[in-house]
Amino acid sequence: MAAKVLAFCEQRGGQFKKAAFECASEAARLARALGGEAAAIVVGGPSLETAAAAVGAYGVPRALHVSGPAFETYNGDAYGLAVASVAKSEGAAVVLFTASAMGKDLAPRVAARLGTGLAADITGTRVDGGKVLFRRPVYAGKAYVEIDFATEPRVASLRPNNFDLEPRNDGAAASVEAAAVDVDPAKLRSRTKEVKAQAAAKADLTEAPIIVSGGRGMKGPENFVILEKLAGALPGAVVGASRAVVDAGWRPHADQVGQTGKTVSPNLYIACGISGAIQHLAGMRTSKCIVAVNKDPEAPIFKVADYGVVGDVFEVVPALQAEFEKALK
Amino acid sequence: MREFRGVDFYQIDALLSEEERMVRDTVREFVSDRVMPIIEECFREGRFPTHLVPAMAELGLFGANLKGYGCAGLSSVGYGLILQELERGDSGVRSAVSVQGSLCMWPIFTYGSEAQKERWLPRMARGEVIGCFGLTEPDHGSDPGGMETRAVRKGDRYVINGTKRWITNGTIADLAVVWAKLQPENKIRGFLVEKGTPGFSAPEIPRKWSLRASVTSDLILEDCEVPAGNLLPGVEGLKGPLGCLNNARFGIAWGAIGSMMATYEEAVEYAKHRVQFDRPIAGFQLTQAKFADMLTEITKAQLLALRLGRLKDAGQATPAQVSLAKRNNVYWALEMARMGRQVLGASGITDEYQAGRHMANIESVITYEGTHEIHTLVLGQEITGLSAFK
Amino acid sequence: MNTLVCAKRVPDTATKIKIGGDSRTIDEAGIQWIINPYDEFAIEEALRLKEKAGKGEVTVLTIGPADAGQTIRSALAMGADKGIHLKDDAKNRDPSAIARAIARTVQEMAAKPDLILFGRQAVDDQSLTVGPMVATLLELPCVTDVVKLEMADGKATVSREIEGGHEIVEVDLPAVLSTNKGLNEPRYASLKGIMAAKKKPIETRDAAVPEDRVTVRKMDYPPERKGGRVVGTGVEAVPELVRLLREEAKAL
Repeated sequence: MAAKVLAFCEQRGGQFKKAAFECASEAARLARALGGEAAAIVVGGPSLETAAAAVGAYGVPRALHVSGPAFETYNGDAYGLAVASVAKSEGAAVVLFTASAMGKDLAPRVAARLGTGLAADITGTRVDGGKVLFRRPVYAGKAYVEIDFATEPRVASLRPNNFDLEPRNDGAAASVEAAAVDVDPAKLRSRTKEVKAQAAAKADLTEAPIIVSGGRGMKGPENFVILEKLAGALPGAVVGASRAVVDAGWRPHADQVGQTGKTVSPNLYIACGISGAIQHLAGMRTSKCIVAVNKDPEAPIFKVADYGVVGDVFEVVPALQAEFEKALK
Repeated sequence: MREFRGVDFYQIDALLSEEERMVRDTVREFVSDRVMPIIEECFREGRFPTHLVPAMAELGLFGANLKGYGCAGLSSVGYGLILQELERGDSGVRSAVSVQGSLCMWPIFTYGSEAQKERWLPRMARGEVIGCFGLTEPDHGSDPGGMETRAVRKGDRYVINGTKRWITNGTIADLAVVWAKLQPENKIRGFLVEKGTPGFSAPEIPRKWSLRASVTSDLILEDCEVPAGNLLPGVEGLKGPLGCLNNARFGIAWGAIGSMMATYEEAVEYAKHRVQFDRPIAGFQLTQAKFADMLTEITKAQLLALRLGRLKDAGQATPAQVSLAKRNNVYWALEMARMGRQVLGASGITDEYQAGRHMANIESVITYEGTHEIHTLVLGQEITGLSAFK
Repeated sequence: MNTLVCAKRVPDTATKIKIGGDSRTIDEAGIQWIINPYDEFAIEEALRLKEKAGKGEVTVLTIGPADAGQTIRSALAMGADKGIHLKDDAKNRDPSAIARAIARTVQEMAAKPDLILFGRQAVDDQSLTVGPMVATLLELPCVTDVVKLEMADGKATVSREIEGGHEIVEVDLPAVLSTNKGLNEPRYASLKGIMAAKKKPIETRDAAVPEDRVTVRKMDYPPERKGGRVVGTGVEAVPELVRLLREEAKAL
């Protein structure tokens, strides 16, 4: 009996998230490793019939499409019923979700309905003796655990940007099948009224996932605008500052990163025109990834940075912004 | 700023009850969240953070060790822990709370009539009425018994004349507990003087370089008339104000520990990251010697204060025991602030670091509530039976 | 408005994590324990709902070892009315097992809560699983990541945070909600609250957590930060830098 690996491919308003295709790619990879088949589950409006075929490009030959009035907009109760129902009728061995806001909400519901557990927010998988094992971060990424299951199916949600997209040359468009799931919207006890798009409020420095920080090398307060534009290209990014520029009055004290400013630990810290004095490093040394851009190849910041670019911030920063915009579209 | 963790080398936490630890933790968090972000600026500008009074009241910081009247009814140790955590923030902020609780609410609670207690204590617990304590005079600090402020009965009122100086909260106080010599009996009595009473004013004392985040004032009473019902009935003589001071001094012995923790932690963190001669200065012997002394003094101070608190709750703490703890702990808090400042080097002379502010503040703390020298003589008399005061 | 809040005792987020000798669990020596910060939003919201309604009870439930009683007492000090402490010493518990234990506990309650609140995630396990699973097992409607809540006529209207915006969802009570940062500002436990907590009832019993369906085989540290390197000079280095950030560092 070929193992079925299902991937719930998330979409909103007919648009698939890039992470949905990461999920599809991983499902295809696991299916190959297990000698099984991959299929995608797509829940939503009729327009998806065509869009769902796109999963084929990543090696997933079938897309199971659940549609109906109960599924027009995301509703955890309705989607939970639907996806569990499809997974059950497919006899899935593995069910994958993206660990997005939707996926994090949906995956546990589906797992509970299927009488199994959940490996949430995984960053990697490993196939060992025909079993899929999952790797995930704990304690804010200070440690990682490997998870095994005692029950079937194995349900997991994938952390975005951790699984490679794998377009397949032989990936023809997937065949889209209607999957019938009977959910009466009148019986649902929650109703999504509205989805509001909103410009995110400026995050606190200590909570921002990405910080673009400027130092003396920025030469003047008016030049911080290029850092703000760079931050604008990166989701959740905010602009920080070294003590020197705060003392000079170029930036407010609330933006100061360093021993006498704020201690930050973002996923990505980009230090522009900052030499890397000890007091500054004390405030950001635990950032998961540090990038430095500085004209001076001897600047101490390069010793601490994971990646450095020796160059003129006024040239490199706009180029970085353009490259990020391209990459994250 | 790094989150403050406190210092507990001898597992003193295990000697506290769970409630006491929770009390300490809640005030610690409050100070981190609300006091630390604004205290440098308040100190620099010479301004008490009055906007924090409602939040402090809601937390229950005012009169925390009193029972009833809307007060929290904490043990003495619980009360001490509050002051420890407040002073980790700033001595001036802690002074305001000490004065409100120990020097204004406590005498009303202990010496006041039921009507006075009902009238004032709940509002003071809620922070709606701020109090101050008028004992010290321009010419009478260490010898309060020599005070010149006089009160004379006039029909159903008392007329008070005199000046009090160095009064914390004076200018912002709604109520002052003023100690004056009632004539003709010439006995020291306590009087409740309300803000706005004709003949009563409380100008702020300018040009301070210490306790700048606290209001320090003169109280000027010129034929100030208060109703007879404002006399505190329950005590006569110096033992009235001294009873209050004994309470306050107990709290200060704890407060000093907070200051020591702040300056010690700051110095250690700095030294670990400050590199000279190619290594962190934390690795040099002279710096380590300072830290060893600091940790030792903090630990000693903690054990002193804790034992004193337990004695106090058992009704057994003597004024001389309180003197010993206040004298020791505050002395070392001042030393430690200086040592901390030294470790910080030049950085320590800006208000980006706390040591200088603590150093300046503790100069007042070692002077008020009994100077270091006075407490020395209290102990001397206790030990020898001989008074060396005059 | 009777609310059940499920709260967890977790290591302080500033704690340095050391993996124990068994390579599966953390070494708990020297750890400072706190209430899961996300659960504090849940407790605060429960207290506010009770205050607004003028009546009702807030019950706090925790599953954990004896020390986890502190979690309940902290919540009682904030103003919760009673506690349920289900004792369980196991480490690395499968969240689905915890969910089943909680669902069973709710099923056994004589008076069922109108609302069950969870923090969106525990900062140690960060699996975001227990709340939605409990709802599913109890067949109750559920909304996660709530940042705004309004209650009227037996219905909750909530705002749920999603990427780039919010979903506004209406939920019929009884329901399960998980709370996110931004919902409210948790109150400090006042000193009077701390003193009053001593007198509030806490029911303690063995958790009897059902079998784990998911198990931790091993725990290890993230890979050591490789020594930094200069990727290149000037604008030419930018494409390579971005590629490395995406593929090697996975920082984007």
